[in-house]
Parts: sequence; C-alpha cells; structure tokens
Amino acid sequence: MSTLHTVNKSPFERNSLNTCLSVVRGDSTVLLIEDGVAGALQNTTASASISDAMGKGVKFAVLGEDLDARGLAADRVIDGVSVVDYAGFVQLAADHDNVQSWL
Amino acid sequence: MSDTKKFVYINRKAPYGTVYALESLEVVLIGAAFEQEVQLVFVDDGVYQLTKGQNTDGIGMKNFSKTYSALGDYDVNQIYVDEQSLKDRGLTMDDLQELTYEDEDDDWAEKSSMKLINREQLAELIDEADVLLNF
Repeated sequence: MSTLHTVNKSPFERNSLNTCLSVVRGDSTVLLIEDGVAGALQNTTASASISDAMGKGVKFAVLGEDLDARGLAADRVIDGVSVVDYAGFVQLAADHDNVQSWL
Repeated sequence: MSDTKKFVYINRKAPYGTVYALESLEVVLIGAAFEQEVQLVFVDDGVYQLTKGQNTDGIGMKNFSKTYSALGDYDVNQIYVDEQSLKDRGLTMDDLQELTYEDEDDDWAEKSSMKLINREQLAELIDEADVLLNF
C-alpha cells in the first residue's frame, strides 16, 4: 500500500513534518502544501531531514501555487523535490492507495 | 507625561496559511491613526510575510504583501527583521521587499524602514515596549 502524505504546517513552527518523516515509507510520497512549502527549500534547518528521507527512497513534491503565493521561487527548492500544480496534487492522490494529512 | 506609548507588534507567522499576518497588518494600520510610536518585529516564520514577488493568483487569496509598502506613509517606519530567523530559513534581506519612508526632518529623503536585528536587540525592544501585541 502506498500513501500520499500531505504536510501543511511550517517545519519551523510545528513538528508535523518530523513526525511524518519518522513514519513515511520508501514507496510513499510526501507533498508539502500551504505553510508546509517552507520545508521544501534549500539551505534551511529542515533541508537535511528531507534529503535524508529522499536517500531512503521517499519521493517529495511541493505545491507550486503555494510557493508562488509566498514569493518562494521554484529554483530554491531542494534538488529532487518536484514542483506540482493542483492537477498534479489530484494525480498524486489518485496514484496512491491512501492519503494521510498531517494537519 | 507623554500620551504617546510605544507599541511593539511581534509577527511570527507565515502569510496565507493562517490569518494572523493579515490581521496584524490591519491592526497596525488601524493603530497608526492614533499617532503612537509603532515598531514592527518579524521573527520566526513571520519573516515570510515580507518576501518579494508574492503571487497569490494560484491560491485564490488576496495578496496583501503590497500593503506593507504603505506603512511608511502611516509613519510606521521602524521595522525589525530577526537575522537568525532569516538564516534558519535560507533567506537574506535581499529576498525581502525594501520598505521605505520619507523623512520629514530631512527634506523628505527616502530612507529604509528596515533593520536587521539579533536576539539581544529583540530582547531590548520587548523590554522597552509599553504595549506588546503578538500575532
């Protein structure tokens, strides 16, 4: 069973991303949305935890519309994290067996 | 004794994900009408409020980032950004919009309203405030 994990809280304010990363499995995808997109950027105190999980085979995506809203350019996103739009969000939900929302 | 009080607004939330940032900005603008001394502090995720190039077309919310540039016209020209918060988020002052005001005591010269501060300076701002408002 593959799971799409969505995280909508900033990793600098809540521990949602950390908890998510502690249970996410290699066949799953983590999608960062809303304030959660802050976790997708390079050179932050959260970057290493994303890279570590990526090394274990976890896939990562970030919602482009939420990056744009916050003035965060897509070229600042960690290498290997794919930028998706709302249609891509729907596709990810359809491609996985289940969706776990870390609210 | 002076009737003027020092109001310090401490902003610690990213914009759009919650309503805190917009509410703070509205309270600041309303409060500015009362001619008090106002200082704004952006710390933790609050620094995201000031990023350049915000475009909310895709999320269907009002882009209020341009409103910050009006603060100077309301004599809100003491805007402090916490350096450590920027660093932790891979940001620098270059990623933030430049907020300015026109100095009436200096032939209306345009000057920056923004100042980078460390935690010790933040402690001092808090210590010297008459009124602390947190968002």
